Amino acid sequence: MIGSLESRIPDGPLAEKWRKHQNNSRLVAPNNRRRFEIIIVGTGLAGGSAAATLGEQGYNVKSFCYQDSARRAHSIAAQGGINAAKNYPNDGDSVYRLFYDTIKGGDFRSREANVYRLAEVSNLIIDQCVAQGVPFAREYGGLLANRSFGGAQVSRTFYARGQTGQQLLLGAYQALSRQVAAGTVKMFPQTEMLDLVLVDGHAKGIITRNLITGEIVRHAADAVVLATGGYGNVFYLSTNARGCNVTATYRAYKKGALFANPCYTQIHPTCIPVSGQHQSKLTLMSESLRNDGRVWVPKKKNDHRAPNEIPEGERDYYLERKYPSFGNLAPRDISSRSAKEVCDEGRGVGETGRGVYLDFKEAIARLGENTIRERYGNLFDIYGKITGDNAYEKPMRIYPAVHYTMGGLWVDYNLMSNIPGLHVLGEANFSDHGANRLGASALMQGLADGYFVLPYTLPNYLAGQIGKRPAPDHPEFLRAESEVRGRIQHLLDLDGARSVDSFHRELGLLLWDKCGMARNAAGLQEAIERIPQLREEFWSPNGGVSVLGKGETFNQSLERAGRVADFLEFGELMCRDALARDESCGGHFREEHQTAEGEALRDDDNFADVFAWEYQGNGKPNEPILHQEPLHFESVQLATRSYK
Amino acid sequence: MKFKLKIWRQDSAKSKGGMKRYEIDQVSENTSFLEMLDILNEQLVNSGEEPVAFDSDCREGICGTCSLTINGEAHGPSHPAAACQLYMRQFKDGETITVEPFRVRSFPIVKDLVIDRSALDRIVQAGGFVSARTGSAPEANSTPIPKHNADLAMEAAACIGCGACAAACPNASAMLFTSAKISHLAFLPQGQAERSRRVLGMVRQMDVEGFGNCTNTYECEAVCPAEISASFIAKMNREYAVASLRERMGE
Repeated sequence: MIGSLESRIPDGPLAEKWRKHQNNSRLVAPNNRRRFEIIIVGTGLAGGSAAATLGEQGYNVKSFCYQDSARRAHSIAAQGGINAAKNYPNDGDSVYRLFYDTIKGGDFRSREANVYRLAEVSNLIIDQCVAQGVPFAREYGGLLANRSFGGAQVSRTFYARGQTGQQLLLGAYQALSRQVAAGTVKMFPQTEMLDLVLVDGHAKGIITRNLITGEIVRHAADAVVLATGGYGNVFYLSTNARGCNVTATYRAYKKGALFANPCYTQIHPTCIPVSGQHQSKLTLMSESLRNDGRVWVPKKKNDHRAPNEIPEGERDYYLERKYPSFGNLAPRDISSRSAKEVCDEGRGVGETGRGVYLDFKEAIARLGENTIRERYGNLFDIYGKITGDNAYEKPMRIYPAVHYTMGGLWVDYNLMSNIPGLHVLGEANFSDHGANRLGASALMQGLADGYFVLPYTLPNYLAGQIGKRPAPDHPEFLRAESEVRGRIQHLLDLDGARSVDSFHRELGLLLWDKCGMARNAAGLQEAIERIPQLREEFWSPNGGVSVLGKGETFNQSLERAGRVADFLEFGELMCRDALARDESCGGHFREEHQTAEGEALRDDDNFADVFAWEYQGNGKPNEPILHQEPLHFESVQLATRSYK
Repeated sequence: MKFKLKIWRQDSAKSKGGMKRYEIDQVSENTSFLEMLDILNEQLVNSGEEPVAFDSDCREGICGTCSLTINGEAHGPSHPAAACQLYMRQFKDGETITVEPFRVRSFPIVKDLVIDRSALDRIVQAGGFVSARTGSAPEANSTPIPKHNADLAMEAAACIGCGACAAACPNASAMLFTSAKISHLAFLPQGQAERSRRVLGMVRQMDVEGFGNCTNTYECEAVCPAEISASFIAKMNREYAVASLRERMGE
């Protein structure tokens, strides 16, 4: 294995670790910063904020994204909000409580020190965003407003209508634009990273493909930062954007970076249900709706009456019944599983029977339609556009969908992977959310990593690297380039019969079935056998995938083929991780391990670890090697998560 | 449902393009417009023809990537919505549908329906930001902002940057886009220090990029998926007038 699996968590009391670490980290002097080139892949909240901040500090930053503009990264679609421990509502919040809720929400499968740091810097994020002109919701007195979110008993979520991700991303994009104008950041839009280049074991560059011209380019740098988001699209249908993919992190994994906890995926409870086989994506309805909406299904099986015809006494408000103290605001994994349970029992609603109601009737009666419109108007509009239904008049139908992935490349406290120089931020790393992420925490983590963590930890690596940047014609670069070219040619040479999407869809259905909301050993074994076959079919010289067009032009089939090829390998790794983790925790629910009431049953004695996988090749006998990093809990007691 | 499609095909920026006819059958009314194009592309691949290139990403109307002119209207017949939020139930069975890219000189065609909108990024780079260095921000609640102003700022900030405003405008003007950013920041106390510089820089860049001027046809507002009001253009003009006067007076 390259590097080590040492988490590099500073010693000392939890609340002092980050300050102490900052004081002990090495610095790069202002006049030396311009001697460094930093590559940052991804321009979402994590990548965009990191590029802007490092540019401000005087580094030369190259910023890459596959979209046509940095402003379109998928962080833009986050609706609900961002958490911070400001305690403006005076309801007892604190850094410790935000830390505790997050670590408990993650089912005690994340690092204490990372999560505490996240809670600590959360307040700085709000200050920073307000200073940039992010138009957060406000009270009449002009001060910032808050709302509550799942998994917390305080109101700590800041929001900008139902478009918080958009506004935070535009804040970061504008800061980035300022640096582009200042000449410290050079943008490479419509450019995809296809490989990581290691020189003497350090990450020193990437190989990219210009999506417009097809040009393959070698970029050398002093350090590489991946902020390329999650891998939810491995399921084909998810709430992710169409272009989201695992390629950057997966190619880094194939170069020796460890992939941690890939089986931790978040299935979001409130999405618009699947309607047909040609559906290309699923749409999320913000969890904030659960503040005012009540979730229910009929008590009777196969009850096909219209919702308004079902009397109160014949409705089962199952979240309120099962989890009286959190009710409709139970965490995401629990809410999703409960929806699956009632649908499995035959009590689901809608044409497919895979749906539950989210009802606003009572809230509208209590607060008036105008208040509800003000809070959630755009969400009701989205719902109306997609389903043709008016949710002010009849309840929404919702069902869980893949939304976020907690797993990602393994990183230490500095957000550096086991490959020296390779840093990983935001959803692309594994570090802060354990086995389940709480609502409004993804935006917090993305911006924490980019604005307030990496700018302190990256210099610690760079300080020892002055003058060590290789030239882009170093043999390692040439080798990586020729591998990339070979792979592209291989795809183009396949004279197959099936479209890229049809393979992707098949893989997605298989994973949703075997490695979705509930998993078991037999199903996972099946998937582990089936995925290599599917891969073989994909690459088969006749009858496999069909990639038309040329490599030296704009070619969307070729882009997708490369990404799906990686998903076809990554999906297997995800199932292997899910099989090896022989316990239930958070979003990872192994049917073999549940309480009498059907709740996830953790096994802290054997699995209070991070699983980090090392690439050896694909399939037998080259199975990936499992490394384990034990999780130490010094400040919190491992408890059974209860939201009752 | 069944449709006849006339779609713009163009190999690259330099080649000559033209409309090509296709037919598609057995489309469910719950299929989105872009999914209908996905199905067409799958058919094309199966018959050995290169699929139609079109841009989309989030497919929920927020990323601003879609850039289709459908039946002559930017983002199609249903407003306010981005093209990705259109569903086939909004069309008549058997209808002929024409699909073209946004037609704006400053958005050159890359391939088929895909265009290059980097001009919009350059307008933002010319001043569409607040210079707030990371780590230097004061405590967030130290500057109260009246709810009314914050709401107005949010209305302007909701722009998704798709460029439909320029595509719909007979003058190919990007003023709705530019004025939304200028207004968003002008409504907030944080935007005051750079208020003049911002409007001067962004308006001048808009001209450099070759966008036209506003002649009050309100087509931009009619097609805007984010319902940005054309009144922001009036605000931008006032901001520009004051700023250029100040500039001339050497302030």
